[in-house]
Amino acid sequence: MVKLRHLRKTFLPGTTSGRMALCDVSLDLAAGDFVTIIGSNGAGKSTLLNAVAGVFPVDEGTIIIDGQDVTALPEHGRAPVIGRVFQDPMQGTAGSMSIEENLAMAARRGERRRLARGVAQKDRKAFRDYLALLGLGLENRLADPVRLLSGGQRQALALLMATIKKPKLLLLDEHAAALDPRTAQDILALTDRLVKRHGLTVMMVTHNLRHALAFGNRTVMMHEGEIVLDVGGPERSGMTVADLLERFHATRGERLADDRILLEV
Amino acid sequence: MISLGALGGALEQGLVYAVMALGVYLTFRVLNFPDLTVDGSFPLGAAVAAKLICSGVDPVLATAVAPVLGFVAGATTGVLNTKLKISGLLAGILTMTALYSVNLRVMGRANIPLLRSPTILTTLRGLGIPGSIAALLLFLSCAVAIKLVLDAFLRTEFGLALRATGDNEVMIRSLGVNTDSMKIVGLGLSNALVALSGAMVAQYQGFADIGMGIGMVVAGLASVIIGGAIFAPTSIGLATFGAVAGSVVYRFAVFFALRLGFAPTDLKIVTAALVVIALSGPAIRRASLGMERRRAAGHGKAEASSENVLARNH
Ligand SMILES: Nc1ncnc2c1ncn2[C@@H]1O[C@H](COP(=O)(O)OP(=O)(O)O)[C@@H](O)[C@H]1O
Ligand SMILES: [Mg+2]
Repeated sequence: MVKLRHLRKTFLPGTTSGRMALCDVSLDLAAGDFVTIIGSNGAGKSTLLNAVAGVFPVDEGTIIIDGQDVTALPEHGRAPVIGRVFQDPMQGTAGSMSIEENLAMAARRGERRRLARGVAQKDRKAFRDYLALLGLGLENRLADPVRLLSGGQRQALALLMATIKKPKLLLLDEHAAALDPRTAQDILALTDRLVKRHGLTVMMVTHNLRHALAFGNRTVMMHEGEIVLDVGGPERSGMTVADLLERFHATRGERLADDRILLEV
Repeated sequence: MISLGALGGALEQGLVYAVMALGVYLTFRVLNFPDLTVDGSFPLGAAVAAKLICSGVDPVLATAVAPVLGFVAGATTGVLNTKLKISGLLAGILTMTALYSVNLRVMGRANIPLLRSPTILTTLRGLGIPGSIAALLLFLSCAVAIKLVLDAFLRTEFGLALRATGDNEVMIRSLGVNTDSMKIVGLGLSNALVALSGAMVAQYQGFADIGMGIGMVVAGLASVIIGGAIFAPTSIGLATFGAVAGSVVYRFAVFFALRLGFAPTDLKIVTAALVVIALSGPAIRRASLGMERRRAAGHGKAEASSENVLARNH
């Protein structure tokens, strides 16, 4: 479903601060794969997701999604196949617009915007049913501006928006990290529910090792722009957070200075 | 005594400038883009219409050409900003400055009188509409029609994407919208309205002048702000109504300021001051609120604000 081949990215090349944020990253995802991505700060996790989403072009390598080479496409050109949720709940929704308008825009992800009515009556019924999945009562607030919602509610809505039109690949970059622990738990549970419901292929960045093992079927660890660990299957099922750290050290043959960041559980 | 005719004149002005205010609303409020092209595209519309009318073109057709060129002017600012990465403010200033030369070229001189030429107003009189209400009728129906079309447009799929571009560019791009194109089209449409307003104003006042665009952005902004203050818009329909009504209120304010003895040349500073006060309102309120908070905190009354709690009722 997703083939990332030899991706390289250097920010500010030629300057002293220029360093390789992605060095030769290759990763294959089968349809239905749910990969959790971990790694210390600055490891290149966000850079990887942004490269896949097309926020910036990569220096080298190819990105193939569902058989289509999207490497040369701009961000908006990749939207037909990619759904995204950001870390900041404000970034995934338009605050001045209503819940139904936000959903309507998401339902047309990657389509040509026409001069047809933005929110049709028949959309509303579908939106209401879909919002009811959240159990937050938002289905009765279709016309409310999104700015009235709490951060958790906005992030839940952002998740619905990213999946209302089934994407070939869902990108989640620490999308629960800005929320309080209870709300984060809710958002992750919702993520799991939506992923299973639609049978989505997912790349989810998290800084929480427990979550990395609890969700998805595969875990990838990044360090200094490289993938240093990739576990799945039975090997992963029996894994604990301690095992995961152990594997990391074994692979690198060194101890990380910032274990604390990795160890946040 | 204030004559009814004078008041009617202020109303007519308010309505004809309302078309310009709707354009300013589209950039400043919807696209969140401070567009200064307006000071050039307003006289552009006037110049083109006046020149065409003087060359014998039908006034209705001449008026219709103005928004087309206004669109090109706005789109130019959009291209400068999105493709050449020039800041929005500077892009508008560059287009506006360039338009000064363009407008002079179009007119061939600094002023074209239209007093003895046919205009859209004489066309209306030709249709049997009494001259005393022709302007009011034309400008009212024009402002209302454009307001309604704009409302409907902003609720289309395209309109939603345009509004989202002004609200949250990252989000709408991730949903597959080319935000560069949105800005270019939005700026184009805005300046089309501004140029149309300029074309009508020229025919209404009986001349096109190279200097008639000076301060137009600020006047449009004042109208939008006044409208927003009076109607606290909670919907698109109310917001555009606010822009129209704000324009009328603004022209009445100008009218009364002149009667109070202000020199016409002093009005721009009064308008600028008005906009400063309106725009700085929130900042001043925040600052004074912060001061109160600090005072309250000093007395140990500060309360921790707990935000962003997802309701847990499932
Ligand atoms: N837009 C950018 N410009 C310059 N450097 C960047 C940019 N984005 C990321 N980097 C750098 O690339 C490296 C990887 O960052 P990132 O992918 O954000 O790490 P993380 O794994 O914490 O998400 C870091 O050294 C970061 O400073
Ligand atoms: Mg990151």
